[in-house]
Amino acid sequence: MKPMRLLVTLLLVLLAASALARVETYVFDTPEQEARYKSLIEELRCLVCQNQNIADSNAELALDLRQQTYEMIVAGDSDEQIYTYMVERYGDFVLYQPPVRGSTLLLWFGPFVILVIGIAILVMVIRQRNREAAKTMAETDHQRAAELLRQDDNQ
Amino acid sequence: MTESNESATDKPEQPAEQPGGGSIARWAPLGIFLVLVVFLGIGLTLDPREVPSPFIGKPAPEFLLPRLHDPDQTISAADMQGKVWLLNVWASWCVSCRAEHEVISKLGRMDLVDIVGLNYKDERADAVQWLRRFGDPYLTSATDLDGRVGIDWGVYGVPETFVIDKKGIVRHKHIGPVTDESLETTLIPLIRELKEES
Repeated sequence: MKPMRLLVTLLLVLLAASALARVETYVFDTPEQEARYKSLIEELRCLVCQNQNIADSNAELALDLRQQTYEMIVAGDSDEQIYTYMVERYGDFVLYQPPVRGSTLLLWFGPFVILVIGIAILVMVIRQRNREAAKTMAETDHQRAAELLRQDDNQ
Repeated sequence: MTESNESATDKPEQPAEQPGGGSIARWAPLGIFLVLVVFLGIGLTLDPREVPSPFIGKPAPEFLLPRLHDPDQTISAADMQGKVWLLNVWASWCVSCRAEHEVISKLGRMDLVDIVGLNYKDERADAVQWLRRFGDPYLTSATDLDGRVGIDWGVYGVPETFVIDKKGIVRHKHIGPVTDESLETTLIPLIRELKEES
């Protein structure tokens, strides 16, 4: 029982610490603005910790970009304007969903190309196996037929 | 009798066909492996920290900031119009800036190009103290206390260095500390080239 209680206490302490790490509270005029803010910071990528969005990152720059996002929302800028603002400064890299253009074609369609190649190989292998299976089947059929015929002859 | 003859002629054909057809399935994993090796090899030569700047070939973002040593005076990108200049983003809290500072100072002593410092998210007193201690190679330093101008220039790590041509177009961005090597092989030749342009 004791180690269990210790574990629970430890968990609670850790959870409390992560709650303390996020202290900024922004006040929005409408719930829509808050929802937009939340979805925007989820979609914007942090350039310092490159595998996090600016919502999750505690980097100073992420904090500044959240502040910037907040201010633009309150000032009445559209999502499009905010994305444009960020892309103008940090490039497509800042978006978790980069736009489809020449340089990102492979990124968008590469997985499908690989999928098609994979399916093609799979089909080829299956066909080949079927052909072999058909042959061996035919062979056993032949043998069975021959056997039956022999039995017939014997009788 | 004829049936057994047929199966006899069938048999030698089969093993001859099998290695021919099976070779695709056999070589496919090796092929995929080689393609992966090539891509991963290319990946190893790239630095994911270096995000290409969208400003290359575009006008330098405008700014108007107080000067570090003389806060009543301002410095702006427009002030530098007509000259080739460098914008070097630095801060006293930035450890790699100290390593870079020797190289920037060396460039400053060459009298080749004006270097404007962008003192990013720093305390004025700390910054002044830092320059007194390590030397001041800058024409002047702009104080970007809240990092707004940094955002406008797409700064995401300090130090960063921009090269701006006479027309006010950003021509190059160096991410991270400028080393002796990058100074000699990239920055100085580029600055010389840009100074030749009209």
